Amino acid sequence: MGLPTQKWSRAEIAFWLIPIVAFFVFPKYLTLGSQIMIAALFALSLDLILGYARIISLGHAAFFGIGAYAAGLLAKYGWGEPLTGLVVAAAAAATVGLLTSFLVVRGEDLTRLVVTLGIGLMLYEAANQAAFITGGVDGLSGVQMRKLFGVFGFGLDGKTAYVYSLAVLFIVFVFARTLVRSPFGLSLRGIREGERRMPAIGVSVRRKLVAVYTIAAGIAGIAGALLAQTTQFVGLDSLGFPRSADLVIMLVLGGAGHLYGALVGAAVFMVLQDYLANLNPVYWQFWLGLLLVLIVLFARGGLLGLLQSVQKRFGASRR
Amino acid sequence: MIGNFVGVVFDGIAYGSLLFIISIGLSVTMGLMNFVNLAHGAFAMLGGYAAVVAMTRFGVPFLVTLPIAFIISALAGAILERLLYRRLYRASHLDQVLFSIGLVFMAIAATTYVFGSQQQPVQLPPFLRGQVHLLGLDLGTYRLFLIAVVIAITFALTWLVERTRFGAAVRASVDNQQASAGLGINVYQVFSLTFALGSGLAGLGGGLGIDVLGLDPTFPLKYMVYFLLVVAVGGAGTIKGPLFAALILGVFDVAGKYYVPQIGSFIIYFMMVAMLLIFPRGVLGKRA
Amino acid sequence: MRRSRSTTRRRFLSTLAASAAALAAPPLAWAAEPLKIGLILPLTGPFASTGRQIEAACRLYIARNGDTVAGRKVELIVKDDSGSPETTKRIAQELIVQEKVSILAGFGLTPLALAVAPVATEAKVPMVVMAAATSIVTTRSPFIVRSTFTLPQATAPIAEWALKNNIKRVVTLVADYGPGLDAEKTFVKRFTEGGGTIVESIRSPLQNPDFAPFVQRVKDDKPDALFVFVPSGQGIAVMKQFAERGLAAAGVKLIGTGDVVDDDILDAMGAPALGVITSFHYSAAHPSPENKAYVEAFMKANNGMRPNFMSVGGYDGMHLIYEAEKRTGGSNDGEKIVEAMKGLSWTSPRGPVTIDPATREPVQTIYIRKVEMKDGHYWSMEFDKIDNVKDPGP
Repeated sequence: MGLPTQKWSRAEIAFWLIPIVAFFVFPKYLTLGSQIMIAALFALSLDLILGYARIISLGHAAFFGIGAYAAGLLAKYGWGEPLTGLVVAAAAAATVGLLTSFLVVRGEDLTRLVVTLGIGLMLYEAANQAAFITGGVDGLSGVQMRKLFGVFGFGLDGKTAYVYSLAVLFIVFVFARTLVRSPFGLSLRGIREGERRMPAIGVSVRRKLVAVYTIAAGIAGIAGALLAQTTQFVGLDSLGFPRSADLVIMLVLGGAGHLYGALVGAAVFMVLQDYLANLNPVYWQFWLGLLLVLIVLFARGGLLGLLQSVQKRFGASRR
Repeated sequence: MIGNFVGVVFDGIAYGSLLFIISIGLSVTMGLMNFVNLAHGAFAMLGGYAAVVAMTRFGVPFLVTLPIAFIISALAGAILERLLYRRLYRASHLDQVLFSIGLVFMAIAATTYVFGSQQQPVQLPPFLRGQVHLLGLDLGTYRLFLIAVVIAITFALTWLVERTRFGAAVRASVDNQQASAGLGINVYQVFSLTFALGSGLAGLGGGLGIDVLGLDPTFPLKYMVYFLLVVAVGGAGTIKGPLFAALILGVFDVAGKYYVPQIGSFIIYFMMVAMLLIFPRGVLGKRA
Repeated sequence: MRRSRSTTRRRFLSTLAASAAALAAPPLAWAAEPLKIGLILPLTGPFASTGRQIEAACRLYIARNGDTVAGRKVELIVKDDSGSPETTKRIAQELIVQEKVSILAGFGLTPLALAVAPVATEAKVPMVVMAAATSIVTTRSPFIVRSTFTLPQATAPIAEWALKNNIKRVVTLVADYGPGLDAEKTFVKRFTEGGGTIVESIRSPLQNPDFAPFVQRVKDDKPDALFVFVPSGQGIAVMKQFAERGLAAAGVKLIGTGDVVDDDILDAMGAPALGVITSFHYSAAHPSPENKAYVEAFMKANNGMRPNFMSVGGYDGMHLIYEAEKRTGGSNDGEKIVEAMKGLSWTSPRGPVTIDPATREPVQTIYIRKVEMKDGHYWSMEFDKIDNVKDPGP
């Protein structure tokens, strides 16, 4: 595949035109659209640690929830400006990410699995206990958002929410893309492929993992804040295990380790869920499980992996 | 107050024994095949539902349903191992996690479809109900029975692992797969039998545990973290490690939820973090 | 300039004719427009039984009362939100903007209703809450009308019954989450105000509780009664421990709200539930002719599924909608519909209900019931009641 550059391919540019076109073609589905983009951002953050650093986490929703509550509380108690809310949320989530990263980068896969799972469950219980702050199971309502830039209010039509989410997603994506194609990102790939050998060439494995985990936590926090701001509500389920599990599925569906896989996976998952849930709700879980099993057995790279093998098959060797 | 304390410890030991018997299969699977099987709880659930069906539809007495639960889960384990799990032994842990989560979802959905989402009741025989007055304390009869069963099984397992040829083959394969294969041990057969045995024990635990842990389709996810904790803290690949971990976990969980219910759930997770910090591979771990 | 008499008369007549036409035309013009009701329920996930019961009840109402009201055809649009507030809000928005529903209904849990409240206010669409039971819900939007019950409304009466029946010392055991703490607060307040003593207030963890040590603690406290509030699936575990530890034999009564002996699962709970005394607004065993017909029709249409308190919330919610439409002549105006619902009074399968115009909450009879076996099945049999119970407030 060669060393990655920072150039944007034509396919990428075409990809980013899609949500812009969708804004005009699907004016009635804008709320679904913004929720898809929030999920995509969330999946992007998981890709950094799971796709690039190979850390298996079943508790990533913890950071999503922290970001959501941070932004929600800020808005509820007086400061409803959206952009600063994002910054505060990212900082809060990244801080917790940093503090817990020490547990996660030690030990092996099973340990990490258990620790991330456990931290997620602990945080859920803590949020439930602190109901006087978070609203507990009833959720945090009364989140009043001020207008974006003083002009664009978050209204029923979902237009502002859509554009806002898209802009944030794009900006963070550019950041992530730059990161993984930088020397830092390359060393991550090195760790992914041969962890034991990296210290021999002077790479501090642990420090890099802590860094990427913290960044990923911050991004997840931004995604959570976006949800809180665009729906003006924070439910306890923001932190719950089902959200973490669905996230892993989204990422694997699209293909981990490519950044775009996270976006594609999130979009496909959310659309399928919305569509199938209205057809036959009870069977959704069954087919999802079956899909997972099939992906692992036959299509490890997810949708993007399938796409790549199709490309190879038909000899598309354009870079 | 002391009586209360002993009672709580007793309940914790019963709870922990149940966790142990369900998790031991996971420990051996992890240690032997290096396979992270999050679907392990599904085998326990299968055993539970098998016991319920046997009792309610076929009128089988409770004690007889337990071996039935064992056999059905063991069979399911053997079949799935041969058909599916075997293909993923060399896969990454992430793939194994995803695969097993997929299996769990399918199991939960199928169970909800067939049995509905409510808790399954179990009718214990009269001699297992109520309390026993022992040493000045009122102890639950069923929990006493539970502990007795688990003690018996632990002895049987230890005997199996330490005194039989099969056990020797298992221990050898855990230590060094390649060398064992080189010595003529049919490692794949060892895998199959061990997986079946572990699943069977999980099923037995599921059947035994209906009265204590409850039984509904979300069972595998509800208790997943406990099983994982037991194996992670106790160390995969041993019997004593998970036993120790399960008992500690059980006692601290029950005592924590009893004495400080507001933070009761935290105590387990807190302890887990502490223990994993000190022993990243588990207290007696061979392979994580 | 003088107008000729004929011109004036013509003008007068034409104005009269026009007004008459205007008065007659709107109902005819509206008659063509169907009445779209957006029913948002958790049909999957842990609260699926709520959704199932309510959907069945709504469809039953339409089947029994016809699918036309005030000249409009009723269109029930059912959507699943799987208990996730962001999904509920999104679906509500889509229903209003795309399907142009006149009324939103359902809302299986409090957070779901709270998330949608601002949408209802902004779009001026009435929200009929058929399941969520926390008091604050109706305060969040002037367009919310509740057709079910509130937890404090159902809890206070059992405290009063206990006081009247020689129960002086009570231990409360609730799950540590919003509804549990609300139930504890209401019960403790009423009970202590009436002179009772709360020996202890125990809180069990929301996830994976093992009730054995808690129930043991209750036994050691030696109260006259144990008041319980736990999520629906956990009730059976409490009762089992209650029986196993010999608390019934020791003379301790098990009391609570009807949630813990939910008709949907009561029959499956079996023997451990016998003798549990609860206060609630609905029992499937309520001996009124309306209820008998309701239960029979419900079971017939749903494969023998017994209706529970959630279903009457749905059934009566539909009744509210139908009545409001009749009274407003088939209006689409949200404010008018809500006004028409205020003060509505009728006989529901549960008994008499009135919608309090000030709070938009149902005022109804709360019954005291005991679980007994009848004809081979378990039912909550009513033996006492308190009429016209209002919601004590958040």
